[in-house]
Parts: sequence; C-alpha cells; structure tokens
Amino acid sequence: MNFRKYLVLLSVVLFSSTGDVMLARGMKQIGEIHLTNLGSVFSALGNFWVLLGVCFLFIFFASYLTALSWADLTFVLPATAFSYVMMAFLARSLLHERVSVQRWCGIMLIVAGVGFVAGGPSHTEQAAKAAPPAPELADPEFVKAPK
Amino acid sequence: MKTLYTWSAIALVVTASTAGDILLAKAMREIGDLGLLRQNKGIFAVAARVLGSATFLLALFFMTMAFFSLLIGLSWADVSLVAPAAASLTFVTNAVAAKIFLKENVDRRRWLAAIFVAAGVLLIAH
Repeated sequence: MNFRKYLVLLSVVLFSSTGDVMLARGMKQIGEIHLTNLGSVFSALGNFWVLLGVCFLFIFFASYLTALSWADLTFVLPATAFSYVMMAFLARSLLHERVSVQRWCGIMLIVAGVGFVAGGPSHTEQAAKAAPPAPELADPEFVKAPK
Repeated sequence: MKTLYTWSAIALVVTASTAGDILLAKAMREIGDLGLLRQNKGIFAVAARVLGSATFLLALFFMTMAFFSLLIGLSWADVSLVAPAAASLTFVTNAVAAKIFLKENVDRRRWLAAIFVAAGVLLIAH
C-alpha cells in the first residue's frame, strides 16, 4: 500500500457516498414507482440529480475497478465501507434524515471493521508467495519442540 | 405489502451485486494492476483491456440489474434503509462467495471485518 493506493480508496469512499445521496434526492423528487409501471424507472434518467449521481458513481466505479486490480475483494469492500459513515452524515445534513443513537453505534462498528482490514495485507495471495516457508517445513525439529 | 416489495428489491440487489462484484474482481485479477497498465500503455489501453473482457461485461450486466433494483427499492423506502440493508447483506454474501469462487484467503481478520461492517450497516438501517 502506498499513497496513490490510499487516494484510490479515498476516491471510492467519497464518490460512492455522494453519488448515492444524489440518487436518493432525485428519486425522492420523482416519487414512487409502481409495480404496474416498472418501465417508468428509465424516465428517472432524465432527472438532474439522478444524472449527476450516475456521473459520480461512474467515477466511483473507475476507482473501484482500479482498487480491485491490485487488492482482494474481501479487502476492498470493508476498507471502503467508510462511505456508509459519510452517507449517514450527508443524509443528515442534505436530506434531513434523522441520525439516531443506534445509527451512531452502527457507524462505530463500521469504523472498527475498516480498522481490522486496514491493518492487514491488501492481497493475501502475494503475501503468501512472498512469505518464507512455514517453520514446520523448514525445520523438522520444529514439530517435536514443546509448545 | 410495501415491506415485502422493499425486501424483495433488497434481495435482488444483494444477489445481483454479489454476482457482479465476484465477476468484477475476477476480471480485474485477470487484467492486472490498472495503474501500472496506464503508466506503460496509456489510459486508452486500460479502457480497451477492461471493456474487451467478457467477464467484465457479464459483471456489468449484473451490476446494472442491481442498480435498477436499487432505484426501484429507493422509490419504495428511504435510502437510509435500502442502501445499508442491501450493502450489509452483500458484505457477508461477498465474503462467502469470494472464498468459494475466487479462492481468496478470507482469514479471521477479514471475517471479523465483514461481520462488523455488516452489523454496523444494519444498525444504521434502523
């Protein structure tokens, strides 16, 4: 992991949260889509906020692809989960949704989850190849050693 | 009834986005480091390589499905329910699917991360 890679992860977080909030704002303007008229979901693409959201999500997607090209899926997903924390803040300030104590607890859990993977290797396969052979294989006496 | 609709949309988002994520990760692994490719051959070569990958196009199909299911879900319920609920479940299904299909080494640290994030996202949903 270097500075460039952290920037890519940051871009994933920023653009996915802002993009989702824009989509939500657009869909609220459009109103409910009924089961009998599912085709009207395409008309949502004419809404300014939906379009802007799609543009932001496109940038998110490009960053996400870049991250996946050098890291495991099970690293990238939790590492970029911080976008849900961002989304809670944005939903509160821009969409005036309520952020309860329970939501703040959820935010803490996510931050903890992000912390778990952020400290670990981004690509386990490479890490496994680069690691020296296990002591059991290198030293036959190792197995007999008291634990 | 609306609750049933909402959760059906969420289930569809979870299934489609898990399939999409797994295929996407597979495609990117086949292509290799995009940053290095861009440095060596330029941004157009990157676009050509990515768009020329059949796995990527299949992933795109599933992600489009997930996107429209999400839009429909958003029209029935708050973004603060639909997006986190779908995402929360997707974290767990993705960890399982990545282990099975991508043979990723999902160690205890990553299981914990997936479960913490999923639980956190669920709490946010309420």
